[in-house]
Amino acid sequence: MSDPAPKEIFSAFARIGITSFGGGLVAYLKDEVVEHKKWMTDEEFLAALEIGQTLPGLNSVNVAIIVGRKLCGPRGSFAAATGLILPGAVILCLLAVLYVRFHQNPDVAAALAGIAAAAVGLLMQVTLKIGAKQLINPRDLLFVIATFVLSGVLHVSLLATLFIVAPLAIWFCRPRKPVTP
Amino acid sequence: MKELVSLINVFTVLSLLAVGGGSAVLPQMEHEAVTIHKWVTPDSFAAIYSLGQMAPGPNMTMVGLIGYKAAGFAGLLVVLLAFYIPSSLLVYTASHIWDSFKDNPWRDAVQKGMAPVTIGLMLAGVYAVGKTASLNLSRDMTFNLITLAIGAVVVIVLFLRRVNPALLILAGGVVGWFLLRTSPTT
Repeated sequence: MSDPAPKEIFSAFARIGITSFGGGLVAYLKDEVVEHKKWMTDEEFLAALEIGQTLPGLNSVNVAIIVGRKLCGPRGSFAAATGLILPGAVILCLLAVLYVRFHQNPDVAAALAGIAAAAVGLLMQVTLKIGAKQLINPRDLLFVIATFVLSGVLHVSLLATLFIVAPLAIWFCRPRKPVTP
Repeated sequence: MKELVSLINVFTVLSLLAVGGGSAVLPQMEHEAVTIHKWVTPDSFAAIYSLGQMAPGPNMTMVGLIGYKAAGFAGLLVVLLAFYIPSSLLVYTASHIWDSFKDNPWRDAVQKGMAPVTIGLMLAGVYAVGKTASLNLSRDMTFNLITLAIGAVVVIVLFLRRVNPALLILAGGVVGWFLLRTSPTT
């Protein structure tokens, strides 16, 4: 298998960038990169995802950067990330113009209120689904609540919140010394 | 010009703090964009977030709309660059380094420890958008009951079935069109 050119990487990611309505981007990426193009194995992709989830930034964009890098260095990363982001950004420009023009129209305002209410449901469901394990574990739940209150209710800056909660949370999960027989 | 500089400052920081994905920075983004810099109203922030769910691609590209409201197309461009470039550069460099920590037990600790923090931030994101979009004290009770019901139905449907979320968002828009029109906003 020869490594793909940046142009090829761009068009593969742009296809996902255009067709992936409604989130779940990472699943689309896996289909394209692993199943369809066979640019990576399952394990390689999962490793990329693991890094992408841990480091700051959007998971999907991070995965695109890592996959692009493995395929074709910096130019590959650039091609993958821009391919993924650009189509949505163009559509968003159109939405921006429409929004500013029409958001005070009562019909549009009503529809937007419904859309926003549904979007909150969507975010809530994703949070519950991803967080199921943390929300039922008492120790984890403590960190969930602490983070929520600091950042969401008290508006402590995100950086400060992370500095307060993250070291504690990580310390409680620190590697234990293996039991020596 | 001053506006563009503040946009760059705010979104560069958000970019680097978005641990566990974009929803983690929603509370701070809302606070900065609505309360501190007044680039958008609370209603616009909720609407912009929701519109982002309807555009294809990464759903946080909607941050561009905040820039657009603040400073037109230049603002949109600046915000997108400020939000995507810093974290991308970081990931590009750090993913090299990460590979060398493959067998370090602390890597697992970081991942496990950060999981509840991420969930807490996501919940704060739900709250940041929801306090305008779902439970809004400046609106009447019927309006709030309908918006809460829409959100609850979305949660339930998504747990029961594999539906494309974009369709549910659209359905929310249709329901809103019919039911949320006459309710007065005070």
